[in-house]
Amino acid sequence: MHDMTACQRGHTLNRQELAADERREKRQILGLSLPAAAIILILLVIPVGWLFALSFVSNGEIGLANYARMVEYSAYLSIFSTTILVSLFVTLLCIVLGYPVAYLLGQLPPRLATIGLAFVIVPFWTSILVRTYAWLVILQRQGIVNDALIGIGLIDEPLRLAHNLTGTIIGMTHVMLPFLVLPLYATVRNIDGDLMRAANNMGASPARAFRDVFLPLSMPGLIAGSLLVFILCLGFYVTPQILGGGRVIMVSMKIQQNVQTYFDWGAGSALGVVLLLIVFAIFYLVHRLAGLDRIFAR
Amino acid sequence: MHLPIKLTACAVLALTTAATAQEVTVASWGGSYQAAQSEAMFKPTAKELGITVKEATLSGLADIRLQVRSGAVEWDVVDLGATDCAIGAREGLFEKLDYSVIDAKGIDDKMVNDHWIGVIYYSTVPAWNTKTVKAGPQSWADFWNVKDFPGDRSLRNRPQVMLEMALLADGVAPKDLYPLDVDRAFAKIEELKPNIATWWESGAQSVQLAKDGEIDMIAAWDGRLAAAIADKAAIDFTYNEGLLNADCLAVPKGAPNKELAMKAIAKFVSPEQQAMLTQHISYGPVNVRAFETGLIPEEAQSKINTFPANLEKQIVVDAEWWGENGNRMRERWDSMIQR
Repeated sequence: MHDMTACQRGHTLNRQELAADERREKRQILGLSLPAAAIILILLVIPVGWLFALSFVSNGEIGLANYARMVEYSAYLSIFSTTILVSLFVTLLCIVLGYPVAYLLGQLPPRLATIGLAFVIVPFWTSILVRTYAWLVILQRQGIVNDALIGIGLIDEPLRLAHNLTGTIIGMTHVMLPFLVLPLYATVRNIDGDLMRAANNMGASPARAFRDVFLPLSMPGLIAGSLLVFILCLGFYVTPQILGGGRVIMVSMKIQQNVQTYFDWGAGSALGVVLLLIVFAIFYLVHRLAGLDRIFAR
Repeated sequence: MHLPIKLTACAVLALTTAATAQEVTVASWGGSYQAAQSEAMFKPTAKELGITVKEATLSGLADIRLQVRSGAVEWDVVDLGATDCAIGAREGLFEKLDYSVIDAKGIDDKMVNDHWIGVIYYSTVPAWNTKTVKAGPQSWADFWNVKDFPGDRSLRNRPQVMLEMALLADGVAPKDLYPLDVDRAFAKIEELKPNIATWWESGAQSVQLAKDGEIDMIAAWDGRLAAAIADKAAIDFTYNEGLLNADCLAVPKGAPNKELAMKAIAKFVSPEQQAMLTQHISYGPVNVRAFETGLIPEEAQSKINTFPANLEKQIVVDAEWWGENGNRMRERWDSMIQR
């Protein structure tokens, strides 16, 4: 029972060597990833940690004053809910407007698709500030839209399209659209057209084929794009500042305001920390529902 | 052997004191404002006192707090908004001003504080677009009267001055304004809220809104409005019930040339330099004796916000009250806007 055969001994030896090899390789990979890890540590972990620590300092004293303020004044709750609702709504609008665009681009022959894609990307190259001001010119009381509508007699009084939530959402949706279309297009482009044809051959109506075949296959791109749009929206500053007329206050604006009002990084940091926690919570939720590893592995 | 060393030490000491004592650094806001200050105040002061006036720019109280708290004070005189001065004084960031050197005669008491002194006035006034509004509001009560003065309004997105305005509109007498009846003021702002198309953020934006006809009536700053009107914008305003607010001067605690700073401030608020400033920028002198110097041309006088005939129509904002209550009001203001 105790004496091993030569074969078994060879096996054990082999296993030991393999294990040693594996350890060596792990060390090498670890060594290679060190610079990247160091960069992340220096540029991300330390500043975020510092932000977190600062949020507990108010007027040179350590405490929860910066967080207590968020409970004390009703403004903070509505600022967070405004931020999340605006972000959700913009994400939804982007899906409604962006999905057909990505779908169409996916069906076009490559050369036409490239031209179509250019239309999506070119606005992307223009500064957000310029695009936002352009929307102000278009939407304001004496702007192009109102002048035209009054001109053709459709309305008597100018519509309130800017300096409010409407203007903010229009402007943000425009800015965010490429962030949804691009990842979605990448996914849609790779969906094998034969699958749809197969579904049709099996007797599925075009709508049924879309719902049961195309939509599920495009889901990873759609979720990745939506997540990107939603999270970028949470930190938006320029567009609500210019198109919101002072009425639409989002978290980033309040952060800037608090640093100004209290001359204290802590007052802004606490808001940043809460926003970050919200983002983590959302990531976790999406991960539980859809599996982030699956989405980003593609 | 000892003597030369002592001599050199003396010489070095004399040299360094000479170098530092003959120099004062003033920090202000840059742009056209500081350019005007430089011409009217800094250069003449350098000449008259036989010193060098070095210039720096700042972006607010935070800069001074940083310098004072880190013990590395570089500036001798700083120009800030009066409410910032009130807050800074409360935090102990400034040296006491020496009023045996600085002559405050001719300056409103509210602008003369132990630790700071006013330097220019700007006024928040009722203004309107002359294309869309035939008869403009002549008081804040008119501004709030949406029946007789229909149209979209805009107020600044800050509680400062807006609360004063609301109380005046509600019939509070100017002399009874302070301490502000905060609840009453907020209630009055809520009343006008449906008619406010935009809460403006920056001075440039306020003028743009009025010029483009985006709104019909606005509470905005006289200097910028005057510049726009000079540029042929269809805007008009009145000094009736204008709310005067000031920029102030202070000496950061531990300033390297404290004594000379006092002398420089004395010059900056003197009637002569105050008068000269108005020729470079349309801000009002805090020192009303500027009008007696004969340095301000007759036709220019009536356009200045602190010209006696204009001054008596206006109310001076109490910076101290805001220094004490500003942050609390700001939070409440934001909650009100959000609702």
